[in-house]
Amino acid sequence: MALADIRQRPGMLLGAAVLLHVVLISAQVNTASGLPVLQVVTFGSFAEVQRGAMAVVDGVGNLWSGYVALRGVRGENDALKQELRTLQVRLQREHAEAQRTGNLRQLLELRERANLDTIAAEVIAAAASPEFRTVTIDKGTGEGVRADMAVISPAGVVGRVILPSGRASKVQLLIDRNAAAGALIERTRVQGVVEGFGDGSLRMEYVLGTADVKPGDLVVTSGIDGIYPKGFVIGTIEQVDRGTGGYYVITVRPAVDFTRLEEVLVVRTPAASPGSEP
Amino acid sequence: MKTAAAILIALAVQTTLAGLVIRGTAAIDLVLIVVVYLALKSGPVTGLVAGTVAGLIQDALSTPILGIGGLAKTMVGFLSGVLATQFILDGPLPRFVLLVMATALHAGIFMGLYVLLDLRQFPDPVPAVIGQALGNGFVGVVGFQLIEWLSGFVDRRRAGQFLKR
Repeated sequence: MALADIRQRPGMLLGAAVLLHVVLISAQVNTASGLPVLQVVTFGSFAEVQRGAMAVVDGVGNLWSGYVALRGVRGENDALKQELRTLQVRLQREHAEAQRTGNLRQLLELRERANLDTIAAEVIAAAASPEFRTVTIDKGTGEGVRADMAVISPAGVVGRVILPSGRASKVQLLIDRNAAAGALIERTRVQGVVEGFGDGSLRMEYVLGTADVKPGDLVVTSGIDGIYPKGFVIGTIEQVDRGTGGYYVITVRPAVDFTRLEEVLVVRTPAASPGSEP
Repeated sequence: MKTAAAILIALAVQTTLAGLVIRGTAAIDLVLIVVVYLALKSGPVTGLVAGTVAGLIQDALSTPILGIGGLAKTMVGFLSGVLATQFILDGPLPRFVLLVMATALHAGIFMGLYVLLDLRQFPDPVPAVIGQALGNGFVGVVGFQLIEWLSGFVDRRRAGQFLKR
């Protein structure tokens, strides 16, 4: 039956016979490299099969590792994100600690340099109203803070205590519209009064138009107001204009960055006993 | 069985008459003639099988590469059988033409593969192939007629003996 079937398909039989002969010839004939053609062709063909099989295996592997095996990755991803957030918060805290340490070091250096009886305090709040330029510090009468005590920072004069309570105090900043301090120009010793202007800058008043004043001059406290110790930096003259009545209108840029106040010193020493000379 | 016997006889005679050489090439390929005859009588499948077996044996006996002659005779046997099923090839002339074409095809495949595989060169093969084709054609036609006459003679004699009884 099978033989009859084969006889009904002579073309198939011819193909098989030709293939048989080709294989037979290939097994005996060598290529230019000296290897049998059958071996080379078989190896080459099988290599392609292997390549295909490897591609399939790789595809399945990639599918597995890229999709199926990622089922738990979402949870892991969420956990890692949470850990990252925690670490970011910790990093910020560490950074803040380092910053604070630096500030405190500067404050300590100021304390030693000024040779004043001071209390270190931390700014814990800003003014409730934008019309008033005040801050709240974490030291009050319990620590010896009294009204009209000067508040300074490593950069310069900050302001004065206007409302002490048991454990906190309100400090009027020098840039407040109602703040003022006795001042002098360091270079020429010309005296005047520095007042807050409410917009973050300072005005030095009562300087005669004949005085030697120019932009860039350093303005320091004079100590005559009985609040601020003498010789502490207030700011730098930014602009000098002719005003009415024979006085200059002098704009002073504060030395202290009031937007970044963190730690300050409350000066308990009376202004009458000044610190170091500038 | 008859096919195997015919092939074996052709091979034996071919190896015996190998001395009949023209320009270094065997002028007559009896094995090829037998393959063509079997294909004519029994069709392409028989021709194919006969060509394969006979060619492989001939390769084993005479050539360094087994399969090239087998492939050539396989193709010749198959195509001769196909032609025999499509055309009437009973006359001497059609058979002569068929044998000439079969010889040319066989030589083309045989020499072509040898040259293609850089195993052997055949300088100026056309005269040798023509000579072999003519020789195969003549011997084949005569042989076919003789075999058929003998076959008819035997049949007639058997019939006569049957009638005498």
